[in-house]
Amino acid sequence: MTNDWVDIKNADVILVMGGNPAEAHPCGFKWVIEAKVKKKARLVVVDPRFTRTASVADLYAPIRPGTDIAFLGGVIRFLLAGDKIHLDYVKAYTNAPFLINPSCVFEDGLFTGYDGEKRRYDKSTWIYQTDKDGYARVDPTLSDPNCVFQRMKKHYERYTPEMVERVCGTPKDKFLKVCELVASTGVPHRTMTSLYALGWTQHSVGSQNIRSIAMIQLLLGNMGMSGGGVNALRGHSNIQGLTDLGLLSNSLPGYLTLPNDDDEQLKTYLERRTLKPLRPGQLSYWSNYPKFFVSLMKSWYGAAATKENDFAYSYLPKVDAPYDVLRVVELMSQGKVNGYVCQGFNALASFPDKPKVAAGLARLKYLVVIDPLATETSEFWQSYGEFNDVDPAKIETEVFRLPSSCFAEEDGALVSSARWLQWHWKAAEPPGEAKGDPEIVGELFSRIRQLYAKDGGAFADPILKLTWSYRITSSPHPEELAREYNGQALADVPDPKQPGAFLARAGEQLATFAVLQADGTTACGCWIFAGCYTPAGNQMARRDNADPSGLGIFPAWSWAWPANRRILYNRASCDPHGTPYDPSRKLIWWNGQKWVGNDVPDFKVDSAPAEGMDPFIMNAEGVARLWAPAMAEGPFPEHYEPFDTPLPKNPFGKALNNPAARVFPGDAKAFGKPDEFPCVATTYRLTEHFHFWTKHARIPAVLQPQAFVELSEGLARKKGLKSGDLVVVKSKRGSLKAKALVTRRLPTLVIEGKEVEVVGLPIHWGFTGQTKKGFLTNTLTPPVGDANIQTPEYKAFLVSVEKA
Amino acid sequence: MNVTRRGFLKLTASGIGATSVAALGFSHRRALADVRLFKLTQTSETRNTCPYCSVGCGVIVYGLGDRAKNARTNIVHLEGDPDHPVNRGTLCPKGASLLDFVNSPSRLRFPEYRAPGTSEWKRVSWEFAFDRIARLMKEDRDRNFVAKNAKGQTVNRWTSTAFLAASASSNEAGYIFQKVVRALGGVCFDNQARV
Repeated sequence: MTNDWVDIKNADVILVMGGNPAEAHPCGFKWVIEAKVKKKARLVVVDPRFTRTASVADLYAPIRPGTDIAFLGGVIRFLLAGDKIHLDYVKAYTNAPFLINPSCVFEDGLFTGYDGEKRRYDKSTWIYQTDKDGYARVDPTLSDPNCVFQRMKKHYERYTPEMVERVCGTPKDKFLKVCELVASTGVPHRTMTSLYALGWTQHSVGSQNIRSIAMIQLLLGNMGMSGGGVNALRGHSNIQGLTDLGLLSNSLPGYLTLPNDDDEQLKTYLERRTLKPLRPGQLSYWSNYPKFFVSLMKSWYGAAATKENDFAYSYLPKVDAPYDVLRVVELMSQGKVNGYVCQGFNALASFPDKPKVAAGLARLKYLVVIDPLATETSEFWQSYGEFNDVDPAKIETEVFRLPSSCFAEEDGALVSSARWLQWHWKAAEPPGEAKGDPEIVGELFSRIRQLYAKDGGAFADPILKLTWSYRITSSPHPEELAREYNGQALADVPDPKQPGAFLARAGEQLATFAVLQADGTTACGCWIFAGCYTPAGNQMARRDNADPSGLGIFPAWSWAWPANRRILYNRASCDPHGTPYDPSRKLIWWNGQKWVGNDVPDFKVDSAPAEGMDPFIMNAEGVARLWAPAMAEGPFPEHYEPFDTPLPKNPFGKALNNPAARVFPGDAKAFGKPDEFPCVATTYRLTEHFHFWTKHARIPAVLQPQAFVELSEGLARKKGLKSGDLVVVKSKRGSLKAKALVTRRLPTLVIEGKEVEVVGLPIHWGFTGQTKKGFLTNTLTPPVGDANIQTPEYKAFLVSVEKA
Repeated sequence: MNVTRRGFLKLTASGIGATSVAALGFSHRRALADVRLFKLTQTSETRNTCPYCSVGCGVIVYGLGDRAKNARTNIVHLEGDPDHPVNRGTLCPKGASLLDFVNSPSRLRFPEYRAPGTSEWKRVSWEFAFDRIARLMKEDRDRNFVAKNAKGQTVNRWTSTAFLAASASSNEAGYIFQKVVRALGGVCFDNQARV
């Protein structure tokens, strides 16, 4: 979230699209109700289903799964065509005035530079026009035909309300009502917040769904504002934290990245990531990349990371491709992955195309499952009849199942959606012989290290030289690890502004990432977490729930990254002169000498407004990007159909599906066609369950004991089905059986003049646990992911439904 | 709140010793509160966070036992933390039934091992499990570690063993796992952020 849960109460309009927080985030959703009751905020819900969130909305509009960009593109067109934007904000704080290289164009559904064989773009033309100093050229009047603003206007001309109705199935009048409410916040004193979850990310165009709302929020001037923002309601208690810590194939802590094969030297690796300002007078905070990176290497390799050996740069693995889970499953099925260590992750249930995953796991030599619960993954080799039809005798995988502790049995911090690092305390010992995760990983690593110390082996240096100064070697304590990722000074760090003074003394915990150095005198395991465990102690354990501003900021409750800042981009809540756009919800302001306020300023605190530094300091442009060339499938979001689509062609252009999405050769035949699979399916959660986890807990298992499928009344009529009937749902990948639940919550949509039925598939059942046994829903889902980050397309695919 | 006359007398009796008769005029509420306290009076409170979605609701864990060195604490109750600024004491159906997760019959208690081609688990010692896994990992790493790619560039990666980390585990577990996986050269690595 750019903002936080309680801040939702400050919104005037709340757009819920791509999520269902009343069901999936109930205790956070109370702040939506608070806004409705106390502030007369209007709640708008756009969803394929009339969800629990929709049931308390002021306005609900249906939409076909997988057509969010068509809808949001329509909103962008509405805002631009009707001049309903916050123009001063757009001119000052976005790249709307930037001039684009004229040879980058959009034609027939594709941008310049597409290579159909590689399914990839050559982005060399996707650049700004630059002046002789290398700075981007701009047209402050927004009239140049090549400025981002004019290009955007042209790009979205096609997204008319009529097209939205044809493609999304949203009635035109409903769509326009949504547009009007959204547009009502394009003024300084009104804001809209966007709440979304996996309903937007789990698409082959997921990243561009999010980009689309970011563009809308920028056009309306809602970024950085209290009650505004783009707010990802994340799905797991610490999915934010593990992402922050970089536990993804190509990431390092704090959004640093692993080197690529071509980053042969540290110098080139750093140069490519140390972004110079693209406009005069801008901060471009990533220009500090070397400080963050060198401090990470000092944290991991201590004395073994020296200036002479490029701070042990060669110890890090380099990547030649994204090794995301879809690729790992592909590699497993080719016999190229031999071992899998699954810590608290039910891969068989969570990955798409379960038949492919199961076949892949069966080719492993060894599988190690570390979990508090008996998951399906740990029993993938066991026959559970039709739910998991395998022959154990034919599966040669060695499987280990290691019992781990749960939340109540450990100390540690979880990062909520709002970026709050909240410390929790151990209440009891885990059952039986179960151990905490740090202890299991620590012991395993210690053994591997002993083997390398004794026998040697492939490139042993990074293993032998990894810093490991924990009091109990085999069991690092959470407090030790928290202190480590916060970071400390390895030598006295002089204050450049005051000779004789120091920013930090040797051995001291760091109070802020501003202290970090690129010369090896500081160590920090995750730069964005610096400040969470300072000389004053564990800031994550703070429990002062005072809210002096009344805006729901709670500055002394736990600790938020970065720098205890609660609302990101809050400099943009003020006009260029430093005066808050809305005096009734002031976050920060310029007091004549420096930036001060109710929140920690997201800005250089002593940079006077007259200096002209812009608010989006993480971007080299200094402003936010309406046009974003870093995206794999194009700098502007464009509607592409899901890979399983009910349409023969894309009404918006020649490319049917996301042209840059990766499809493995063997998977090309894994996609369904509407003649065989005529219904559009989407997956989701119920409030009584959490993934495949709470089916192991008695009360949730009693509340929702059995798998069901939601069907519209129209589909039920056509198929002669009634609630309670057992149905077979088939996709190109596989089939499952579940009970039918016939409901008016699902509409029959009219798409391109034809009726399309939407089928709802809750995900929570499986063959272990206390509910009735059921099929894993991912038996049906397609093995394709988003083109940028490979999130699988769980929210839009084709199925057929028949009576069992 | 319904209180019968007999119940009222019974409840107030417990308070009389400690309070004055004058206070008795409004003390039946207080006495009721005493009974409520009684259920958890033998427990220790621990502040924690719900492990399910990312709202990050504060919960209070009630453990039976006084944390004496040899006493094993038994978690008997969980409820929302009223001091927490986001959930303010409330919990959803999942959070309200966290006790059933902590005490689930599916909780794993011992390391187990399934040998190739067999159809059952065997209980094993931690010693066996750690030793065998460490050897399997080293063997696979030594055999398949890629020091240089086809172009001769130093890449130092290990792609033949993959890793998954839990998005419900704490930062500290995630941090140490990240550090260890990269030290081994691991690149096939994900948490639930993608799925």
